[in-house]
Amino acid sequence: MSWVNAVVQGVLLGGLYALFATGLSLAFGVMRFVNLAHGDLATFAAFMAFSLTRTHAVSILVALAIVLPASFVVGYLLQRVVFDRVIGADPAYQIVATFGLAIIVENALLEKYTADTRGLDFGKLATSSIRINDKMSIGWLPLLTFLCGVGVLVALALFLKRTRLGRAFRATSDDPRAAQLMGIDNRRIYSVALAISLLTVALAGVLDGARRSFDPFAGPIQLIYAFEAVIIGGLGSLWGTLAGGIALGVAQNVGAQISPQWGPMIGHVVFMTVLASRPTGMFGKAEAR
Amino acid sequence: MSLLEVVGLGAGYDDFQALSELDVRVDEGETVSIIGANGAGKSTLLGAVAGLVRCSAGQIVYDGVSLRGIAAFRRVGMGIAMVPEGRRIFPSLTVDENLDVGRYCGRPGPWTKSAVYEALPLLQRLRSRSGARLSGGEQQTLAIGRALMANPRLLLLDEVSLGLAPVVVKQVYEAVPAIRAGGTTLLIVEQDVNQALAVADRVYCLLEGRLSLEGVPAHLSRDEITAAYFGIGSENGTRP
Repeated sequence: MSWVNAVVQGVLLGGLYALFATGLSLAFGVMRFVNLAHGDLATFAAFMAFSLTRTHAVSILVALAIVLPASFVVGYLLQRVVFDRVIGADPAYQIVATFGLAIIVENALLEKYTADTRGLDFGKLATSSIRINDKMSIGWLPLLTFLCGVGVLVALALFLKRTRLGRAFRATSDDPRAAQLMGIDNRRIYSVALAISLLTVALAGVLDGARRSFDPFAGPIQLIYAFEAVIIGGLGSLWGTLAGGIALGVAQNVGAQISPQWGPMIGHVVFMTVLASRPTGMFGKAEAR
Repeated sequence: MSLLEVVGLGAGYDDFQALSELDVRVDEGETVSIIGANGAGKSTLLGAVAGLVRCSAGQIVYDGVSLRGIAAFRRVGMGIAMVPEGRRIFPSLTVDENLDVGRYCGRPGPWTKSAVYEALPLLQRLRSRSGARLSGGEQQTLAIGRALMANPRLLLLDEVSLGLAPVVVKQVYEAVPAIRAGGTTLLIVEQDVNQALAVADRVYCLLEGRLSLEGVPAHLSRDEITAAYFGIGSENGTRP
């Protein structure tokens, strides 16, 4: 039963990883843009929620209602003001710009919050669970996180498939130059894409902040897990991102079941195996261009 | 009245000057063909009008408004649509979705999705097929239908016959009368000279980025066109 429990908990953890990875996948899919500050922006959102709940004594739901729209706006402006200049340029410029932002965020958080670890208080939700049997329980918070991950992916898939703006996203992803000839403003599409990316990763950062403690330097490891989920699932595939997140979560939990130190390592092994044997990932399409 | 006036246009890519001192005029309701050999600057001219190629000299005036500094996506809203060379349909979108994207600018006009399906019945049968699974001729038909969805006043057609079998080219050009009947002005770049002359009210021939011949197809002799096309009998490529 403990193995079954490890798999179930791994699936739930996978929902969180998928949530981390969704924004990364969207930004890459729409504008071939890899944001190395992705994890740090998740941590930034967690600290914002921390400040709101502690300093201003608002509930976590109110904090989320402030942090998520704020992250959307920050993402939009960040793309307009900074990242627009490096889209389509040599990838080295993207690396410098996003890595530079990551360093700025980490050091700003360190200056403001020191290196102490923090956590977000979700009240009873953090500790209550559904008891399946004597050996297995499912926590409400991990379940809620998983459902949030699935819900975000479903909403995003519907947005891309059913809405005018979503079709413009897909057209721009296919061929940005031809999209311009349809009257699509690529810069606006890119800005909305990064805004959605930051909104989803902010949600992931806050939910993760309730599950485990975080400090100003928690971002890079979250970025690595997000990368691994995207690569395992397949670049540019939303459902692949969910599958990749779940595969990573299950691998880590099963590894930890063997030995606690093995958890992350088994996850990395699965990632490397997929990368070596199927570079396009489980659901990824071969790059046509 | 002129819908499009290109005056003294210079344009190119990086250090390469593809067009020099080019003058072209397209009147409302006309069909004008641009012919010329490979590298003559035909597609650069359409790219400049569509806003994809930066102009280094001269100006492009559309409906009395200079297009200088107006981004490509805004020109679509002004009524300039383009069928680009190589079709460039969106492979991950279905035929239906490609047409929806063509309507993104929301310009009102006679070309609705049902009107496009009526004019190009091939697309109706393929409406749920993805762009990646279309043949070259089907892609070209879709590219034309997609551009029409923007309800353009000026439609730029760039090398629509390129890479297509003659029978398919004929089918594609059969759509031209319906497009003209809707009041759309056409500026066509075409390597197939016979096809270009057959559909045009007037024709311009380019040679190495400059104008080498201009006229009404019926008034131009085969020798004149050949000379202008290849630069024969003229040192500087002007009209022999």
